Amino acid sequence: MADEGKSEMTLPASDDHKKYNETRRTFLKQSSLLTAVALTPPGMLQIVELEEKVDEQFESVKVTLEINGETKELSVEPRETLLDLLRERLDLTGTKKGCDYGQCGACTVHVDGQRINACLAFVIMQEGKKITTIEGLSKGATLHPMQEAFMKHDGFQCGYCTPGQIMSAVACIQEGHANSKEEIREYMSGNLCRCGAYPNIVKAIEEVKNGGAKG
Amino acid sequence: MKNFQYVRPTQQQAALETLAQDDKAMFIAGGTNLIDLMKRNVVLPEKLVDINRLPLRKIEPTSKGVRIGALASNSEVAEHPLIREKFPLLSQALISGASAQLRNMATVGGNMMQRTRCYYFYDAALPCNKRQPGSGCGALQGINSKHAIFGFSDKCIAVHPSDMCVALVALEATVLVTGPKGERQVPFKDFHRLPGEHPERDTNLEKNELILAVDIPASSFTQNVHYLKVRERASYAFALVSVAAALDLDKGTIRNARLAMGGVAHKPWRLMEAEKALVGKPVSEETFQQTAALAMQGAKAFEHNAYKLKLAPNAITQALKTAAGLS
Ligand SMILES: Cc1cc2nc3c(=O)[nH]c(=O)nc-3n(C[C@H](O)[C@H](O)[C@H](O)COP(=O)(O)OP(=O)(O)OC[C@H]3O[C@@H](n4cnc5c(N)ncnc54)[C@H](O)[C@@H]3O)c2cc1C
Ligand code: FES
Ligand code: FES
Repeated sequence: MADEGKSEMTLPASDDHKKYNETRRTFLKQSSLLTAVALTPPGMLQIVELEEKVDEQFESVKVTLEINGETKELSVEPRETLLDLLRERLDLTGTKKGCDYGQCGACTVHVDGQRINACLAFVIMQEGKKITTIEGLSKGATLHPMQEAFMKHDGFQCGYCTPGQIMSAVACIQEGHANSKEEIREYMSGNLCRCGAYPNIVKAIEEVKNGGAKG
Repeated sequence: MKNFQYVRPTQQQAALETLAQDDKAMFIAGGTNLIDLMKRNVVLPEKLVDINRLPLRKIEPTSKGVRIGALASNSEVAEHPLIREKFPLLSQALISGASAQLRNMATVGGNMMQRTRCYYFYDAALPCNKRQPGSGCGALQGINSKHAIFGFSDKCIAVHPSDMCVALVALEATVLVTGPKGERQVPFKDFHRLPGEHPERDTNLEKNELILAVDIPASSFTQNVHYLKVRERASYAFALVSVAAALDLDKGTIRNARLAMGGVAHKPWRLMEAEKALVGKPVSEETFQQTAALAMQGAKAFEHNAYKLKLAPNAITQALKTAAGLS
């Protein structure tokens, strides 16, 4: 490659390797259940293992990022979104998947202090970044003032949009865009609420703004 | 989603070479349009060249105006004191687009290169000459309520969805690009294309070229400007029709004017005839209505978008009135 040395990293495509591997693993699992492995000539098993390692290299790459104050070294596929990583692999299921296309705000998290949609972000592009999710907002058992305010003002009904609303609301104040009801509505428009809790969400934000938002 | 190779060059030359080596390689910046399209199998790159480590994020004054790096985020540009003070039309247009979250991610270069939101383009199962040349334009005889009223062809009637670009064409920006043949400057009005016979090409950016920056010349359009966006809900929706209006006023007389529309054509639609007609006229509702009528000459609707023939001139009149402080 002409850019060798200048690029931070280069990865080969893995395409359908995962599916292929999964099928093969399932096959191996099943066959071991049937104790078929014992019947396999030893040489053949070695080949399988070797292939496995090569494939794993194709599948994933190392990424280091900080999630809620903890440094994580992860191995990811290029196509893995931040939202899927949080929910599927790190069990941080507070961040919700509403639309998966940037249209609802349920997946809102902070990256280096800025609110973004985790569904439209590849993990691999977050190398070295600091990510805060709803789980990282409270300090132990002490809720963030915005969480308190949402409870006090009934800023939700079903609660599905709430983690995204709260992450967005905290950023909205930090950005200086919570100076009036109208401004709050405009700058919170990236967070949809199917239950229509909007008036109470605005009230909660106004209260935190006027009481001075923390963190 | 189909998997892909990923490269993160730190130097411009490396980014260009990596892209040129591979026919199915694409740049990725904020990812807000590309990842969306990849999830839907509309765009299938085999390699992504992440340009976020290139030093293209600055917003700085120049002797002629301002230079905005291609990687500056939509929110950084909208909030920048220099842009707010000297180019408020751009600030307004940016803030009207997408959501606060998306604007934090979206870049200037990516915004210019975003694809149409035509549903036939977005659904890989439907015909679309833009996505698959030769498959036909589904919208022509299909659902075309959001489609073009100017500059379309029988190959494609899609519109360009950007708000930012409508302001940039009105402000006579220039795009600085680089590629295998070196750097060149493209006037903003020539950056995007009309569909003609080749709707698969949205812009005149050549294969393997990279957008470096956008230059906006200083102008007297710092006070009487307005970006009016008409959409199906109050916020967080694409424009049905939008208008960028900028006036340079000498008491009650128009010294100079800029006017452009979004949501009506395959590119941001500059209205130069209408601009000329405004010069020397008094600020009045009548003047603006005449301008709107002139601007609409040659407009043609399809089955479901005839409302735009009424909405667009009303939006022009209203935008000019607001810019002039009449309403
Ligand atoms: C729900 C939703 C609502 C939206 N609403 C609006 C709206 O109301 N108004 C509006 O204007 N937009 C809207 N958008 C679109 C948004 O503005 C674009 O997605 C965004 O600007 C794209 O920028 P990006 O940096 O994320 O681009 P990416 O997704 O990274 O890239 C888009 C394209 O640009 C190319 N590219 C990027 N940078 C360069 C460069 N420097 N040189 C050459 N090519 C480059 C990429 O290869 C890719 O083809 C909306 C998007 C979503 C998801
Ligand atoms: S899940 Fe990300 S915006 Fe809806
Ligand atoms: S509380 Fe139900 S979606 Fe918002």
